[in-house]
Amino acid sequence: MNGPLSLLAELTHRCPLRCPYCSNPVALERREGELDTAEWRDVLGQAAALGVLHVHFSGGEPMARPDLPELVRHASGLGLYTNLITSGVLMDGMRLAALAEAGLDHVQLSFQDVAPAEADRIGGYRGGHAAKLRAAALIRAADLPLTFNFVVHRQNCARIGAMIDFAAGEGANRVEIAHTQYHGWAERNRDALLPDRVQLEAADRAVAEARVRHGDRLAIDYVTPDYHADEPKPCMGGWGRRFLNVAPDGSALPCHAAQTLPGLRFPSVREQSLAEIWFRSEAFGRFRGVDWMPETCRGCARREIDHGGCRCQALALAGDAAAMDPVCGRSPHRPAVDAILAGRPVTAPDLIYRRH
Amino acid sequence: MSAAETTVPAFVRGTRLSHDRARDRWVVLAPEKLFVPDATALAVLRLVDGARSIGAMVDDLAARFDAPRAVIAADVLALVDDLIARKVLKP
Ligand code: SF4
Ligand code: SF4
Repeated sequence: MNGPLSLLAELTHRCPLRCPYCSNPVALERREGELDTAEWRDVLGQAAALGVLHVHFSGGEPMARPDLPELVRHASGLGLYTNLITSGVLMDGMRLAALAEAGLDHVQLSFQDVAPAEADRIGGYRGGHAAKLRAAALIRAADLPLTFNFVVHRQNCARIGAMIDFAAGEGANRVEIAHTQYHGWAERNRDALLPDRVQLEAADRAVAEARVRHGDRLAIDYVTPDYHADEPKPCMGGWGRRFLNVAPDGSALPCHAAQTLPGLRFPSVREQSLAEIWFRSEAFGRFRGVDWMPETCRGCARREIDHGGCRCQALALAGDAAAMDPVCGRSPHRPAVDAILAGRPVTAPDLIYRRH
Repeated sequence: MSAAETTVPAFVRGTRLSHDRARDRWVVLAPEKLFVPDATALAVLRLVDGARSIGAMVDDLAARFDAPRAVIAADVLALVDDLIARKVLKP
């Protein structure tokens, strides 16, 4: 068994935005419960020793942590590739200079839409879009490689082509168009976010056309939704295979959404070493490999491709985290997905926002 | 546009060659991407420093490997073209 390749370091749940599709848990960790600087430095050191190559500083809004530059510097010094996943609203010239100087390799900047008023409405933060544009200009001026990220859903997917053109125009090297996944807070907003098949087909077309328009000047990554598909996606490249997530309170997770899974205790880096957690904890071993799989998956040619799909989706839609992903056409729980698609209201209900 | 012996290749910003100590191998890292270069690509990538021309890289390799310079030059040029197309290097 190999060590993880990638660490998602969720420094904090605090965030000025209130995206209705936020996949962070409904109950957020408070500042007092967060790992401190020394603990994060130790986690980074252990991660590098375990074989992690990429570290993604995320949140919440990781820039809410004043020690971010120090952590980036530490990670860089360990030879880790450092990526900052940010909403950009807390970015200013001084903070960016500190991060660049600390050795930051790449910035992923999230946008809620390309239409400014809609973007601010979805993010629940007035002036957010304009702040992001200023952040993009600063990042570009610092000559840091930049990815724009758009989470798409029924309320903005008509503008995917414009989003991609906007990313190119603002100097991004790469753009990610990711359909919403219904984890954490997002589950509450599913009906308000889920696109129908016609929208989805238009979205696929818009991406294909943009690829032709931009050629190899812009890298376009498209994360397709799976409710409308009949084969699940390879969630995290397989449970406990390459990906390690450390939550703000130090819980180590095989996937960002895994905290919702009942019956599994995710050990904290405060009580065990990362190596113990990765190689020996029950939680990381629980859905690793193929032995845990339902019989249909074990006999399926795709078992090493999608690893039986997403455990959190199995729990949410089939009521059993060990079931095959209900999106799969061979799953006995597929009707649950079809019922959601069929029951999708024609008019989107109001978005439900977190209260801070 | 294809690379020539006078081309000075460099890593694209945000992409680099890194030693994966835990697995004892070299990897190319980019945002959300990782690939393991084969032995030939690695020998070339280790010479990429943004200052050395392809011609100088070929000279270096020709001195170390037992193959005619022209053969090495053709391999290196094709390889650099491929890495440019894959956005690992820029001319
Ligand atoms: S999805 Fe939106 S609200 Fe949630 S952490 Fe990211 S930027 Fe903040
Ligand atoms: S049967 Fe299991 S392994 Fe096969 S496609 Fe469905 S979920 Fe994936």
